[in-house]
Amino acid sequence: MNALIPFPILLPLFTAIILMLSLRWQTLQKYISLAGSIALLIISILIFAQIESKGIQAVQIGNWPAPFGITIVADLFSAIMIIVTAIMGIAINIYSFSSIDINRQRFGYYPLLNGLLMGVCGAFLTGDVFNLYVWFEVMLMSSFVLMVLGGEKAQMEGGIKYVTINLFSSAIYLSGLGILYGQIGTLNMADLAFKIRTLPDTNVLNIVAMLFMVAFGIKAAVFPMFFWLPASYHTPPAAVSAIFAGLLTKVGVYAMIRSFSLFFVVDVDFTRILILWIAGLSMLSGVLAAATQYEFRRLLSFHIISQIGYMIMGLGLSSKLAIAGSIFHIIHNIFAKTNLFLIAGVVHRLKGTYDLKKLGGFYKNYPILALLFVIPAFSLAGIPPLSGFWAKFILIKAGLELQQYVIVIVALIVSILTLYSMTKIWAELFLKAEPSTGDNKPLLKPELSLLVPVVLLAGLTVIIGIWTEPFFNILMRAAEQLINPAEYIHAVLGVQL
Amino acid sequence: MKSLILRIAARNLLPLFLIISVVVLLRGHSAPGGGFIGGLLAAAGFILYAIGFDVKAARQKLNFNAVNLIGAGLLLSLLSGLLSIYRGAPFSTIEFFTLKIASNVSYAISTPLFFDIGVFLVVVGVLLTVVFSLMEEQ
Repeated sequence: MNALIPFPILLPLFTAIILMLSLRWQTLQKYISLAGSIALLIISILIFAQIESKGIQAVQIGNWPAPFGITIVADLFSAIMIIVTAIMGIAINIYSFSSIDINRQRFGYYPLLNGLLMGVCGAFLTGDVFNLYVWFEVMLMSSFVLMVLGGEKAQMEGGIKYVTINLFSSAIYLSGLGILYGQIGTLNMADLAFKIRTLPDTNVLNIVAMLFMVAFGIKAAVFPMFFWLPASYHTPPAAVSAIFAGLLTKVGVYAMIRSFSLFFVVDVDFTRILILWIAGLSMLSGVLAAATQYEFRRLLSFHIISQIGYMIMGLGLSSKLAIAGSIFHIIHNIFAKTNLFLIAGVVHRLKGTYDLKKLGGFYKNYPILALLFVIPAFSLAGIPPLSGFWAKFILIKAGLELQQYVIVIVALIVSILTLYSMTKIWAELFLKAEPSTGDNKPLLKPELSLLVPVVLLAGLTVIIGIWTEPFFNILMRAAEQLINPAEYIHAVLGVQL
Repeated sequence: MKSLILRIAARNLLPLFLIISVVVLLRGHSAPGGGFIGGLLAAAGFILYAIGFDVKAARQKLNFNAVNLIGAGLLLSLLSGLLSIYRGAPFSTIEFFTLKIASNVSYAISTPLFFDIGVFLVVVGVLLTVVFSLMEEQ
């Protein structure tokens, strides 16, 4: 049943429509939205199973044949990313139950959330570079509104930066697309991969590759285009900033991996060195900036940048093992980073502030929360046997195999600095005695709906860490499909490379 | 200031706008026109009405919640694309039907028509939601 492939896009759209039509019944909204995300998870698992048994699947939308129409392609990498997206959708939906106020809900929080999921799934599934631009826009439009929904002053300020820089990056991407289409005459990714090898002039191709790199780099927040991220991600409600932190930058990384493994493969010596430089500098600058921060979510935002560096590092090394490590790191990071943002939201719920200096005494008062924090935090720093350790281990092993010692050393140093940041949060938030404010407020208890997604994501981090081998085998096959695009091209165009 | 001329013009032009918008919508199948431009025309009629009278009167005239129009339009477009999956073709493939009205009169109907009607409703809904809320804010 090939027809299943477009459904991760259609299903969130359908959910959003139903939510829009039932906007008046506020109590129903959250349950419809949650049901939609669960259905999305089921469908993505079905698609994954189908690709496992039958190889890469492609659907020509509207039955227009491949280089002319829009193609929706699902390989293992896309399928894994869609499953992760659906899990994030479920977690954020549950978290929104009690953390999103009725006012935001009335202005369409849940339809927008599903619009965001649709855009993300679309970007993961499309096999057409222009269509990718469209999904970026769908995703960004929803995220623009989610960013400023509620209309607080800080949100507006963050929102303006976020909108401006992202529109700018879309414009750059579009100009790159124009040049690419003028040179090669096709927008279908598989067709591009096929025809790009016959292009006589590689200079123009490098220009396009750099335009794409800047556009995706802004969206993924890599060095030196990351400044918008810590300026905006700490402003919206916790649920929103958690899904942004988890998913949106990774769509940029996904697009980078897809384009630089599928069709920008002519002048690899130039692009790979550049990507490695960007990776190293992103890791270092992110982690060093994070070390100076005392606002919980700003600190975590800077860490996103340094973690993106690891994902790009795998792409720069570009061996099969390195790409698998990249994907591993993306998945591990989506779970762990979102979880930390959710915990920051719980802390804010309990104490009304994100400022680490004003917080303290959590280990005494909330020991379970402390345990839940340790799992994603240690995972992020790369402590065995959690998922982050394996992700970094694979990347570093790949780096050693290719004798890229500099990037390996940087990755190891950044790992230690990450541990320093996590220890700082631990010391400030959990160990330090609570700064006395004079009034003895009774201890609040966090709502169950805030803790359920935290437990769910922490559980996934542990499971990936313990049962690494079957998981890693799947990723190796996904990397195999990315390194050898012959199967991808065959699935879309029906020709042999 | 509510001008009498504008009010009478708006009241009489609204049906005209709506008729023309449907004509443009149907014409769009094989000639310039279509759901987007038709939707703009229909919305223009209601916006003129809201300027001539006020937003409340225009909302009553519309008789639907503008947000529900967006939802209904999207749903119609989505369903028009899903039909081809039911028939075993990829999503959004064009499907044709013949509608027999009498023994010698029949119409050929295709799914893009329903897609376009969906676009029409979405455009009307989006424009009116935006314009009505801006006008109410003054």
